[in-house]
Amino acid sequence: MTTKKILMKGNEAVVRGAIAAGCRGFFGYPITPQNEVPEYMSVLMPQAGGVFLQAESEVAAINMVYGAASTGARVMTSSSSPGISLKQEGISYIAACELPAVIVNVQRGGPGLGNIAPGQADYFQAVKGGGHGDYKLLTLAPWSVSECFYLTALAFDLADRYRNPAMVLSDAIVGQMIEPVELPDKIEVNIPPKPWATTGRKGRGKNVINSLWISPDQMEEVNRRLQAKYTLAMEREVRYQELAVEDADLVLVAYGSVARICRTAVDLARSERLSVGLFRPIGLFPFPTLPIQWLAECGKRFLVVEMSHGQMVEDVRLAVNGRAEVIFYGRSGGVVPTPTEILDRIRKTYGRSAGVSHYRLNPGPEARR
Amino acid sequence: MQKVFEKPQALSDTPFAYCPGCLHSVVHRMIAEVIDELGVLDRTIGICPVGCSVFMYEYMECDMIEAAHGRAPAVATGVKRMLPDSVVFTYQGDGDLASIGTAEIVHAAARGEKISVIFINNGTYGMTGGQMAPTTLIGQKSSTCPGGRDAAAAGYPIRVCEMLATLDGPSYITRVAPVDPVGLTKTKMAIKKAFRNQVDGKGFSLVEVLSNCPTQWKMTPVESLSWIDENVVPYFQPGVFADR
Ligand SMILES: Cc1ncc(C[n+]2csc(CCOP(=O)(O)OP(=O)(O)O)c2C)c(N)n1
Ligand code: SF4
Repeated sequence: MTTKKILMKGNEAVVRGAIAAGCRGFFGYPITPQNEVPEYMSVLMPQAGGVFLQAESEVAAINMVYGAASTGARVMTSSSSPGISLKQEGISYIAACELPAVIVNVQRGGPGLGNIAPGQADYFQAVKGGGHGDYKLLTLAPWSVSECFYLTALAFDLADRYRNPAMVLSDAIVGQMIEPVELPDKIEVNIPPKPWATTGRKGRGKNVINSLWISPDQMEEVNRRLQAKYTLAMEREVRYQELAVEDADLVLVAYGSVARICRTAVDLARSERLSVGLFRPIGLFPFPTLPIQWLAECGKRFLVVEMSHGQMVEDVRLAVNGRAEVIFYGRSGGVVPTPTEILDRIRKTYGRSAGVSHYRLNPGPEARR
Repeated sequence: MQKVFEKPQALSDTPFAYCPGCLHSVVHRMIAEVIDELGVLDRTIGICPVGCSVFMYEYMECDMIEAAHGRAPAVATGVKRMLPDSVVFTYQGDGDLASIGTAEIVHAAARGEKISVIFINNGTYGMTGGQMAPTTLIGQKSSTCPGGRDAAAAGYPIRVCEMLATLDGPSYITRVAPVDPVGLTKTKMAIKKAFRNQVDGKGFSLVEVLSNCPTQWKMTPVESLSWIDENVVPYFQPGVFADR
């Protein structure tokens, strides 16, 4: 395995991760801040021998994914918040038909048309189902360009393993930031056989992809099967990262780009001798419930930071289940919390007054004037 | 003894659940015959709609996918692009194709997607109880226009063939009226051409079938056929709108 260090945007890394994982069909519609995904796909997918198609809408794109996934190929779509809302009907069908597919959401500020600045307010939509019916998306949240590559590739494996749609929940920072990355030329790709695929019945009986079950008993049976998969995933697919958590009495909980900002806040807090750590869920569904429960049992307090008015915090509270204090700090609508304001919130939990901003300690040129 | 009539191989043993005299059954059989005659059963993938024909996957012996309401052309696009050697058809009602799914059908046609579309225009939403469809005629009664469709309130019926024929993408667009032996023969020929086009590597083909809904129209099957002839045909004229 050879590697080379190059500068890359998060959105491009998503494309490269997908193609490395054997994705051979992309169907999408333009929306900022994810446009680099279809743009790179339009060049790289045909080079890889795959299909790139700009659909007439997000509704059409997800239904093209539904058809393409029915053939057993690894396929995906990407969009940003308003476009992901439009895809929900199709995602529900894909989950109900137990088709593997990957959906990337480069979240932006909302609700409504919102703006093109970063947001994390699509958390509920991503991890609680999103469309109609009892289903879940296996959801991964990258915090770096490198993770955009690896977690997108992993999303395809998870989708195949569970025959369920998987979501990469990115945001405008993670998608747009440029970092040096070392990406492998090749990764191991194991695509399981898909005897259920509708590829033409040659050599077998007919296959049907369907989510219509008129008999409630049969429909409940399908639901039970879905739930059994999610239970299995909850046992096997928990992913998270801990930084300076062991001796911490306050644990920040954040995912994606906000976790990056929180890491800086942890460093700042540590420089003030505050025992603060960071817990970063990498998988959002299944959520790392047990590790958080364990930290709560160890007597740690939690400060959940999100670019929303409190969505993931509900899952943290469910995990903590009253065993420890859970504080929330959020900005929204495209506003990104700064390390300093998070630090101030940390200080407040220790009964300290908001300090002088560390940025203001090193005044910029205007300040000196 | 010589067998002169049998069930096409492409039809399953499941009995149709359609109302007596409904042309859905007739068109299903024609599609199955065409699949048999072209010898493409093993590589055909059908996309069925939401509507009375929602259970088409039970009736056909080829691989089938059940699409969301109106999205069959997008689903078909996904299948055909991944499997260019397959034969992909959609089967859609007028609510499905000409109302909720207008964007998908227009763009599949504009792209010249290499699929065959069988469009059943019965002027009503059969499955949900006979509500007004985009193809309901002016003055025609339905459960959501009990006094008859009023253009001032509900606009005008959509002529799908004429509309799609303005595009450069489609290879074949035709409208047929299977209300008599000649119409039935023409319908079968049109469906066969729509499928053969795909075998020949040609692009988008659509056959609009002027169909009936004796149940929601509150007519006998025979009355429903004369009603098509006398009222539907003058507005939705049969013919070939594109053939290239
Ligand atoms: C998104 C969505 N909206 C509405 C429905 C309800 N629905 C089921 S069938 C149908 C109408 C079908 O009418 P048409 O396409 O004309 O077919 P027909 O039943 O007449 O054959 C509707 C509106 C649905 N299943 N999904
Ligand atoms: S309701 Fe109408 S369209 Fe549906 S099966 Fe009966 S006659 Fe046919």
